[in-house]
Parts: sequence; structure tokens; C-alpha cells
Amino acid sequence: MAQHAARPRNTGLKDWLTTVDHKKIGILYLVAGGFFFLLGGIEAVLMRLQLMYPESNLFVGATFNELLTMHGTTMIFLAAMPIIFALMNAIVPLQIGARDVAFPFVNSLGFWLFFFGGTLLNLSWFLGGAPDAGWTAYPPLSGTTYSSTHGVSFYVLGLQIAGLGTLIGGINFLVTIINMRAPGMTFMRMPLFTWSAFITSALILFAFPAITVGLVLLMFDRIFGANFFEVANGGNVVLWQHLFWIFGHPEVYILILPAFGIISEVVATFSKKRLFGYSAMVFATIVIGFLGFMVWAHHMFTVGMGPVANALFSIATMLIAVPTGIKIFNWLLTMWGGQIRFTTANLFAVGFIPTFVIGGMTGVMLAVAPADFQYHDSYFVVAHFHYVIVGGMAFGLFSGCYYWWPKMFGKMLNETIGKWNFWLFFIGFHLTFFPQHFLGLTGMPRRVYTYMAGQGWEMGNMISTIGALVMTLGTAVFLWNAFVTSRKAEKAPADPWDARTLEWAIPSPAPEYNFAQTPRVRGLDALWVEKMAGNKGMTPAEPLGPIHMPSPSILPFLMSVGFFIAGFGFIYHQTIVSVVGLLVVFYGMFARSLFDDHGFHIEVDEIKETEKGVKL
Amino acid sequence: MGLDCMMRRLQQVGRLLPLFAVLALMLTGCSSDPYLSALTPKGPAAEMQLFMMKLSLYVMLFVFAVVVAIFAYVLVRYRKRKGDNSIPEQVEGNHKLEIIWTVIPFLLLIVIAVPMVSTTFTLAKDYSQDKEAVKVKVTAHQFWWEFDYPEAKIKTAQELYIPVGKKVWLELTSADVIHSFWVPGIAGKIDTNPGMKNTMWLEASEEGVFQGKCAELCGASHALMDFKVKVVSQEEFDAWVAKMSKEKPESTTDGADTALAAEGEKIFQQSCVSCHAIDGNGGKIGPDLSNYSERQTVAGFLRNDPTHTGDEAVRTENLKKNLHKWLSNPEEVKPGNLMKIGQLKPEEVDALTEYLSNLKRQ
Ligand code: HEC
Ligand SMILES: [Cu+2]
Repeated sequence: MAQHAARPRNTGLKDWLTTVDHKKIGILYLVAGGFFFLLGGIEAVLMRLQLMYPESNLFVGATFNELLTMHGTTMIFLAAMPIIFALMNAIVPLQIGARDVAFPFVNSLGFWLFFFGGTLLNLSWFLGGAPDAGWTAYPPLSGTTYSSTHGVSFYVLGLQIAGLGTLIGGINFLVTIINMRAPGMTFMRMPLFTWSAFITSALILFAFPAITVGLVLLMFDRIFGANFFEVANGGNVVLWQHLFWIFGHPEVYILILPAFGIISEVVATFSKKRLFGYSAMVFATIVIGFLGFMVWAHHMFTVGMGPVANALFSIATMLIAVPTGIKIFNWLLTMWGGQIRFTTANLFAVGFIPTFVIGGMTGVMLAVAPADFQYHDSYFVVAHFHYVIVGGMAFGLFSGCYYWWPKMFGKMLNETIGKWNFWLFFIGFHLTFFPQHFLGLTGMPRRVYTYMAGQGWEMGNMISTIGALVMTLGTAVFLWNAFVTSRKAEKAPADPWDARTLEWAIPSPAPEYNFAQTPRVRGLDALWVEKMAGNKGMTPAEPLGPIHMPSPSILPFLMSVGFFIAGFGFIYHQTIVSVVGLLVVFYGMFARSLFDDHGFHIEVDEIKETEKGVKL
Repeated sequence: MGLDCMMRRLQQVGRLLPLFAVLALMLTGCSSDPYLSALTPKGPAAEMQLFMMKLSLYVMLFVFAVVVAIFAYVLVRYRKRKGDNSIPEQVEGNHKLEIIWTVIPFLLLIVIAVPMVSTTFTLAKDYSQDKEAVKVKVTAHQFWWEFDYPEAKIKTAQELYIPVGKKVWLELTSADVIHSFWVPGIAGKIDTNPGMKNTMWLEASEEGVFQGKCAELCGASHALMDFKVKVVSQEEFDAWVAKMSKEKPESTTDGADTALAAEGEKIFQQSCVSCHAIDGNGGKIGPDLSNYSERQTVAGFLRNDPTHTGDEAVRTENLKKNLHKWLSNPEEVKPGNLMKIGQLKPEEVDALTEYLSNLKRQ
């Protein structure tokens, strides 16, 4: 034990920059993801203001295209993904009874890569213009011929850096869930949120390489004059669409599965019942993940793939409705016979169900290839994917935030403000997106910066914009809630919701080492099993002893800064800058590999001290 | 909001969504364009598509109704009552139920899938060898549409003339980025990919001027990349072909202020023919402007008869107004468009407007 370092005690900024603690990284993800969520939201509101009236002149042409591109890119890559990672980081290790993730250093690296990738992308606003070819960045529009500013280069580099972070984050969670489960925590006893984190990570592992390949090709075209997508020189523009959607469709499930996981936890807890059909739920999650890779071309029905491909992808897509339906009915039956408490977390979960079902309905409608010839690239599609992404995933994330806030921050969010948050967001959401179905069916294409008067779209657009403002208010109420909560003194108990899973067996917020003693798991809903057996908390699987912890490190931050600098070099064709940036990255890799770090121990005295004041 | 307009809307929306009819009415207002909506099909393709939309919607509404019924019941019946601290029975699952809600959705999907496959193939039918079908080559440009009738040797822009009740065989491509050709009222859409050729058939069952849209983000003025499909009787179509495809086309500007129009023609020959043509052979960079006096729009989207009055005087007046607006500052009207010319003098604009708005084929 001699070579172990002393217990490091970093505080303030230094602590946050160097931490490898999954709980703190979770908070970092939440704050950064939340920040980008606000940015993307502002972009959305600006667009809605422009579309409030026909022939407006607030944001026209290319400016509007920058807004729509950055809104989509930001929301998907820089808001939704990180907030999912926030909850996965904060909760998954606790749910499986682990002390940290498998690779804490990599975890930190993943966060900082995402953060600097996202920052790089957003700096484009101040450096000659943001990308303007849509979040899908279809060439040739995204090529240098038709998009001659640096905007799309920022997109290409920013997303590669952020994507690297996501990829290693996904691998980390796979290994964590496979290897770090507490004794007795078999796969078929894992909480549904952990299961969904597991499948989502697997999807990340297989999906992200596809977009990385696409981005690399586009980067070569833009920066080194290659011709992968240059039609005049034999390139093929449809190739990009395949690569993009081979990633892009699984991405939809990467986003929604964790929300399914959250809903499963929340509905069970607040119905005071075990999840109905647990094994079917697990199975459905796996099947959705698998089918998610078989359906990418339903985004391309109008590309001209021919009737055979269209029909096949159409059928494959419809099939996804079956496992999704299983989930819906299982949630309903979980509530059946229960004692439903309408906390804010549960309101979001309950509101999720009909909303998501509407999104699913339009999903099946869109899957019908011949009908999609009408829906495709119209506002109908915009309505559909906001129903699943906002009405589905964002509701799920709000639910998860209210549910796990005490475990993450040690304080309970205010329930009264929470209800305002829910109702404003819920009503605003439906006002915004329901009319868009009709706009699409009556001929309004998506991604238009304006529309002429007299085509019958005035009313729908007006309502949609009002809805967006109401949603904004709902979000502001959430921020207010977080602020008010942070200022209140009262600490949350370990198990405020009378919940079922392992994370509620330890104090709120979770101590640095999570579990003083690794627990022994004796069934599904590990904590509930003990409660029913009349036990106070979990039975330990090991004696109390010093706990080994990984050391904090500045290297992940440093390496990400290196990538950030290199990114600038590539965008501006400054080889020297790229080399300097990459040298920083390589320095970080060498330093990490050459200098052993054995971590440190938290001694028994300190553990006893921490556990003493715990409110159970 | 006239009563018959209300009725028309009710009928139109009611066809798709009886349940939401009232709501939809409120949402879409009474003025939606019947020549633009996918809900008022005027051709076999759009009708088949609407049928598939309705079929899948009804099946899904059935599922939705079941879900909402259970949902509402559960929320009311099983809310926690004050003072009740009993622990509900911890049900693991129910195989019979789970099999039911796996199998029934499967069956429902088959109901959708079978007609889906057949419609997919019908819509993909090949009319390239059909002697009866009118053939048109469509080329999308940033931000305008070019229509080439190879058999009649006519090239037009922004307006696709087709005879009613006839199959029209389209071959589509793009000159620059990806666009998408969409005529909601008579057919769906298909992308135009640079370097590739897509095909699609059109058929309209009613005469009228249908609205077309570009549906794929294609740059700054994607929102304004409209076109028209003008469906006319066979005789009218034949007359149009005869007029437009003359070997030696004669354009006149009858009825115009002759001096002003002549001045306009002079300017046009000097500064515009490098990009535009008026002989039906297609412009080099910009749209062919032959027979401009009969245009429904200027620059594809400024509508000359916005309220479908059918009144020639209204159309001509608006044509002049719109043309004047366009020529005064194309960049402001359509940001990022490729008509990069210097600022024209007001008197040049007047002359060109007079010339083009009276330009017609004999
Ligand atoms: C550099 C090539 C170029 C030159 C020179 C040019 N144009 Fe254009 N013009 C275009 C393009 C490209 C468009 C299509 C713009 C769009 O809709 O995006 C266009 C569109 C138009 C239209 C609208 C066409 C329609 O379908 O309604 C008119 C009218 C027009 N030009 C008139 C003129 C006149 C008059 C001149 C000479 C003063 C002129 N143009 C010079 C390229 C040119
Ligand atoms: Cu276009």
C-alpha cells in the first residue's frame, strides 16, 4: 500500500476539472447538457418567432438555416445525449452496487471531449457563421461548393470530438455493467434503467462509428479536397445519407431507451408495485435496440431506392411498434392495482404515456412508405419526431431529474413548483407540436424560413409559436426550482420516495465511495426485497474496510483542450496549430501510460464518520 | 369565414380525421389551399397515398383508444387514497395478457403492410415505354425548376403543363444540391439528386393550378422554391405544345407600351440573355422566360393570382407588380439566389417589366 498516494483533497474549480468521480461527472454532464439545452431552446424560440407570422423578416435565408442546423445539432448531440449520460453516470453504478464506473479516467475524458467538442461547434456563431446545412448535413449542400463558410467544418470537427467522448462513454458503461455488479446482482435482477443504459451503450458502440466514418469523409472533402461527395468528380451524395442514418436511426433509440428505463423505475415506484412483466420489458428493450439497426432507410424513402427496398424497410420499421407496444401495456399494468402517487416525477412519467403513444402512432404512419411520399420532409415529420423526442425523451429526462435529484444533490426539488413546471411544459408542448401535423398534411415543408400568406398556415403557426413560449416558461420554472432548491437547507433522506432499487439504500447525496460495504443483492428490486423482509437496508457482502479510490487527474481536461486546439487547426487549415493540439493529446496519453497511478484509500475511520450522520 | 368554406373544410379534414375535425378546423383555419393539401387529392397517386394514411391512422386510433381507456381507468381507479398504507399485490406479470398484446399488434400491422406493399409497387410503376404518357425531364436548380419536354422540344421553367387524366412520366435530377419535387395535391414527392436520375409518374384528375414545393433543404431560399403544376384539358395542352414548340418562335409584346417594351427588349438582349432565354431552349443559368406574360408566378413563388380568381386582369396586374419587385432587388426577394446582377436603374426596371409582362407566343 506504500505506493498509494495520500487522500487528495481538491476543492472548487480544481476539484471539478480533475474529478473522476462518476457522481460529479454526472453533475458536470447535467450542467453542461442543461446549458446547451437552453441554447438549443433559444434557437428554437427564435425560429418560432420568425414563423409566427407569414413573410416575417426577423431571421431570413441563411441565418434561419444556421438556427435550424444548430438547434437540431445542439439538442441531439449536446443536450439530449449529455443529460442522458448525466443520469447514467449518477445512477447506474449505484443501481448495480458499484463504487464507480469501470474506467473513471476514461469517464472524465468522455465528458471533457463532449464539452470541448460542443464548445468548438458553438464558437462558429462568432467566427464567421454557424453550420447551415441542417443537422443532417446532406452533401453537396454541406460541401465547400455550396457552403463556403467555415460553418460546416465546425460541425464536422466539433461532432467528431464530441462523438469520441460519447463512444468511450458508451464503452465504459458496457464494461461497468458487465463487470462491476455487486454480488447477487444478476443480469435479470438489474433495474430497467440500468438495462436501458446497457442497451443504449451497445447501440452507441455500433452506431457512432458509422457517423464518424461519414464525418471523416466529409472532413476530407472539405479540408483536404477529396471527392467522396463531389458529384462532378465521381462522388456519390447518397452515400452520406446511408452513413448518417445508419447512425441516425439507432441514435433515436439511444435517446429513447434511457427514457423508457426512467419511466419504468418511476412508474413502479410511484405505483408501489413491481414492474409488470419485467422479463418482457428487458426483452422488448433488446429487440428495439436490435431492430433499431434494421430500419435506417425509412429516412430515405424518397431518395429513389426503389419499391423493393422501400417495402422491406417499411415493414421492418412497423415491426418496432410491437416491442414498443409491449412496453406501453406493461407500464399501464404496472399502475393497475397500485397506489399511484402523483409526484412531479410521476406526472412527467404519466404524461409521457399518451404523448409518446401519439408519437408512436405517427411513427407507424410514417413507416408506410407510399404515405411517407407525402409526409417526408414536411411539418408532419417535425411534429412526429418532437412527439417522440420531447414528448418522449425530454419528459422522461424531466421525470428522472425530479426522481433522482435528491440522490444527486441531497435535496428535494420543490413539488409545487414542479407541478407548474409539468403543466406548463405539457400544455406548451402539445400546443406547439400538435398543429404541426396539420401544417405538414396541408403542404408545409419543413426547414422553411417563411411562408407566403394565404396558404392556410397562419393559424397553425401562430398556435405553435404560442405553445413554444409556454414551453419556455415551463423550462424557466424548472430552472427556478433548481435555484430555490439549491438555497434551501433541508437535506433529503436516503429513500424519500419509498423506492425499490439499490441507489436508495445509501445516503443522499451518495457518499464518495457509494457503498460503505458492497451490498448483497437478493432479488429484483433489491431494496424492496429487504424492506419486505423487515430489514433495515441491505445486507453487506463484505466487512467494513478501507476503500480503494482512483486519483483525480487533470489529463482528461488537458487532452480535450488538445483536441479542441487541433480542431481549430483543421478548420482553418493551420497545420502548425493542429500539430500543437495533437501533441498535447499525445502528451496526455503518454503521461497516463508511463506514470503509474495507484489511487488512494479512504480509511475506515472516515467512512464511519460519514455514515454516522446519515438520515435513512 | 363563409359557411360553404366551413363545410368544405369540414368535409376535407373529416375525411382523414373525424375525431379531430373540429380541432383541425380551428388549427388550419378556413383558408387552406385546396390545390396544396395532401388531404384533398386530385389524382390517383395522392388518392392512394391518402388511403394508406387513413388506413394506418384508423388502425392506430384504435390502439390509441384502447391505451387511453386503460390509462384513464387506471389513473382514476388506482390513485392513492389518504390513509391507505396497504401494500399492493406485487404482480410479476401475466403471460396470457403479454401474448395478447404481442400478437394483436402483429395482426394489425399485417392489415397495414399488405396494401402498403401493393401501393408501393403501383407508385413505382414504369411508364417510360408508354407511348401515351407525356414525358418530362425535371431539373432542379437553386432555387428554381426546369421542365424539359424532350418529345415536343420545349423547355420551360417553374410551370409544369400537363394534360388532365393522362399519365406523365417524370425523370428528375438536380443541377446542384439535392432538392425534392413535391406536389401534395396530385402525388407525393421524390428527391432530385445531382448525378443521378429518379423517376415518378403523375396524373391529375382535375384541371387547375396545383402548388408544388421543394421539400429538401437546399440553401438560403429553400422556403421559396415553389413551382406550379398547371393541369389543362388535352386540347389546351396540345395548343400549348404547338405554340411553344415552334421551330422559329415569334414572341410579341402586343398590347404593351411599345416604346417602353422595345427599350426593355434592348436591355434584355444586352444584359440578360447570358443567363436567360426566351426561345424555349432553356436559359443557361436562369429560367427560360418564354411566354412570360402567361406566368402564374414570378420567381416561382410570388403568386400572380393568389386567391385563384381566374381573372386575367388581376393576374396581369400582379405579374407586373411582382416582376417590378423582383427586378428591383432579386437578392431581397429571394436571398442567396443566383441571379447576381448589378442594381438596375428604376427606368430599366420599368422597361424590362413592360417587356417581360407582355412577352407572349403567337
Ligand atoms: C447571372 C445570370 C443571370 C443574369 C445575368 C440575369 N438573370 Fe434573371 N435569373 C437568374 C437566375 C439564376 C434566376 C432564378 C432565381 C431563382 O428563382 O432562384 C433568375 C430569375 C429571373 C426571373 C424570374 C424567373 C421566373 O421564373 O419567374 C426574371 C423575371 C429574371 N430573372 C429576369 C432577368 C432580367 C430582366 C435580367 C437582365 C437584367 C436577368 N434576369 C439577368 C440568373 C440571371
Ligand atoms: Cu430546393
